[in-house]
Amino acid sequence: MRLLRSAGQPALAFAVTLAVAAALLALGGHSPADAFGALARGAFGSWNRFVSFTLVQATPLLLTGLAVAWAFRAGVWNIGAEGQLHAGALAGVALAVSWPEASAPVLLTTTFVAAAAGGAAWALVPVAMKTRLGVGEVITTLLMNFVALFLAQFLVQGPLRESRGVFNMTDEIPAAAQLPSLVPGTRLHVGFLVGVVIAGGLWLYLSRAPGGFRLQVAGASPRAAAASGRFDPTRVVRRAFLASGAVAGLAGWIQVAGVTGRMYEGLSPGWGYTAIAVALLGRLHPGAIVISAVAFGALGAGGGAMQRDAGVPEAWVRGTEALLILALLAVDRGFGAAAARSGRRGAGARG
Amino acid sequence: MGDAGIFASFLAAATTLAVPLALAALGETVTERAGVINIGLEGSVIWGALGGALAGLAAGPYAGLAGGAMAGAAAALVFGAFAVCLNANQIIAGAAVTIGSLGFTGAVFQSRFGATGLALELETVSPWRLPLLSDIPLLGPVLFNRAPTFYAACLLAPVLWWLLFRTKQGLALRAVGEDPDAAHAAGVRVVRTRMLAVLFGGFMAGLAGAHLCLVHTGTFSENMSAGKGFIAVAVVVLGRWNPPGVLAAAGFFGAAEALQFVLQAADADLPYPLLLALPYVLSLAALAGWFGRSRAPAALAAPWPR
Repeated sequence: MRLLRSAGQPALAFAVTLAVAAALLALGGHSPADAFGALARGAFGSWNRFVSFTLVQATPLLLTGLAVAWAFRAGVWNIGAEGQLHAGALAGVALAVSWPEASAPVLLTTTFVAAAAGGAAWALVPVAMKTRLGVGEVITTLLMNFVALFLAQFLVQGPLRESRGVFNMTDEIPAAAQLPSLVPGTRLHVGFLVGVVIAGGLWLYLSRAPGGFRLQVAGASPRAAAASGRFDPTRVVRRAFLASGAVAGLAGWIQVAGVTGRMYEGLSPGWGYTAIAVALLGRLHPGAIVISAVAFGALGAGGGAMQRDAGVPEAWVRGTEALLILALLAVDRGFGAAAARSGRRGAGARG
Repeated sequence: MGDAGIFASFLAAATTLAVPLALAALGETVTERAGVINIGLEGSVIWGALGGALAGLAAGPYAGLAGGAMAGAAAALVFGAFAVCLNANQIIAGAAVTIGSLGFTGAVFQSRFGATGLALELETVSPWRLPLLSDIPLLGPVLFNRAPTFYAACLLAPVLWWLLFRTKQGLALRAVGEDPDAAHAAGVRVVRTRMLAVLFGGFMAGLAGAHLCLVHTGTFSENMSAGKGFIAVAVVVLGRWNPPGVLAAAGFFGAAEALQFVLQAADADLPYPLLLALPYVLSLAALAGWFGRSRAPAALAAPWPR
C-alpha cells in the first residue's frame, strides 16, 4: 500500500524531531523523559484524555489540514485557511443566532452550507486575482487573513455583539444548531466524524474520480495540463481553491457549533497556519492527514499536561512542531523539491 | 488639546507604530527583490525582541539593538539554510521558522524569567535630539527628537533605493529575483546573493524586534511581535517593492493604527476594526493594479536551481 510505503520518511523525521527536542530540553535544564512522559499521559493517558482532549483538539486541525492539502495538491498555495476559517464561523453564527426558531435538522444543514459558502467566499478574491490577473495567491491569501480577523473583530464588537452587551462575543447559538456528541460521556462532537468523512471523500475523489485526476495533473504540471488540451487547468485550480476555502470555513463553524457555542475574537490560535504542518506531515494524503491531525492534537492536549506536571513551558510544543516541519523538509528532499516546483507559480506574479 | 496638539500626537503615534514595520519591510524588500519571500520574518522579529532584551539587560540598550539584529539574522539563517541552500519550499520553511520562533522564544523567556514571566524592565534608548530642527514648532519634537531607529528607517529608504537601482550589485540582486537562470549565466552567484538578501532581511526584522523592546515598550513579553513580520510582507506589497514606497506604506499602516487612538480620544463613533483593515484592502487593490502597475519580482518564491 502506497500510504504505508511513504510512511518511512515522516517516521524518520519524527525520530529526528524527538532526538533534537530531547537534546534542546536537556540543554534547557528539563528532563526529556519527564516532559515526554507527561505529554504522552496528557494526550493518551486515559480514554477520556484521548477522546475529550486529543481528538477535540485534532478536529479543527484535521479540517484545516484537509483544506490546505486540497489546494496544495492542485498547486495552489493557499495560506489563507485562517481567514477562511473565520469567515465560515461568522457566516454560520450569523445564520444561527438570527434564526433561533428553526428546527435542528434545518439549522444543522443550513449552517453547514452557510459556513462552507462563507469560507469559499473568502477565497473568492484571491481566486479571481490568481485566475484573472495572474497575481500569486500566497500574498493575497495572507492579506485576506488580516481582513478576516478585523472583520470578525468588527462584527463581534458591533452588529453580532451579544444582546447583554457585556463582552465582545456573539450570543450563544441556539441548542438546535449545536453539534451532537459523538462519543457519549465525552466532549467529542460529530465534527470529528465530519472531518473523517471529508478525508475519505477527498481520498476517493483524488484516487478514483476524473476530476481528482485532473486536479493532480494541474497541480503537478500546469503546463502539461494546458498543453494536453483536454481540460482547462484554470477551472480546475479555481474549483480546488474554492473547495479548500469551503472546508476551512467548515472548520471554523464546527469549532463554534461543537465546542465554544459562541464566536469571539481569537477563536483560532492559528490553526490555519498549523494546518500547513498538519498537511505536510500527512504528505498531502487525506488518510494520513487524519493521523497527522491526531498527532498534532495530541501535542496540543499533552502540552498543557507537560507544563502542569513536568514544569516544561507549553511554548515548547510549538517549537517542536516547527522542528518537525523542518525535519520533514530535510529528510524528504524529494517532497520539498516537488512542492517547491509547484510553488513557482505560488507567489510569483504574472506569467 | 487644540487641533494642532491632536495632530502632533497623532503624528507621533503614527510614526512610532510605523518604525518597526518600516525596518522589517525595508529588509524584506531586499529579500523579495532577490526572489525569496520570507514569511519567517515574524520569527526574526520575535528573536530580535528577545535577543534585544537579553543583550540590553547585559550590556545596555545599544548593545541590545545590535544583539536583536543579530538574533533576527540568525533566525533568517535557519530559514535560508532550508529555503535557499536546501531549495525547500519557501512558504513551508518560512511558516516553520515563524511557528518555531514564537515557541522557542517563549520557552527561553520562561526558563530565564519564570513561568509567570515577571515584568522585565529594560533601560530604553533615549531619543537623539537634533539641534535647531527639533526646535521647529509642532513638527520639530515629533520628527527630530527620536530614537536612532526612527532616523535609520528614514535614511535607509533612499540609501536602499540607490543601492538597488543605481549600483551594479543592486542590478545583480534584482536580476536574481527576476530571472535567476539569466543572472547565473551572466556570472552572478545566485545562492550567495539570495542568502545575503535573506540575512539582511532577518537583520532588519531583528532590529525591528529590538526596537519594540528597547525603544517602544522597555520590556519583553511572549508573542510581542504580534504579527508585525507578516504585516511587513503586506507593507512591501503596498510599497511596490520600492524602498521609498515601502517607507511611505509603513507610515500609512502606522497612521491607520494611530487614527483609532486619536478618534477614540475624540470620542468619534467609528468601526475601528474596519479602519484597521483598510491598509490590507488597499494592498490587495494595489496588487490588482488599481494604482497603476504593481508587480512582484518574477522569480519570487521560485527555488533555484530548479
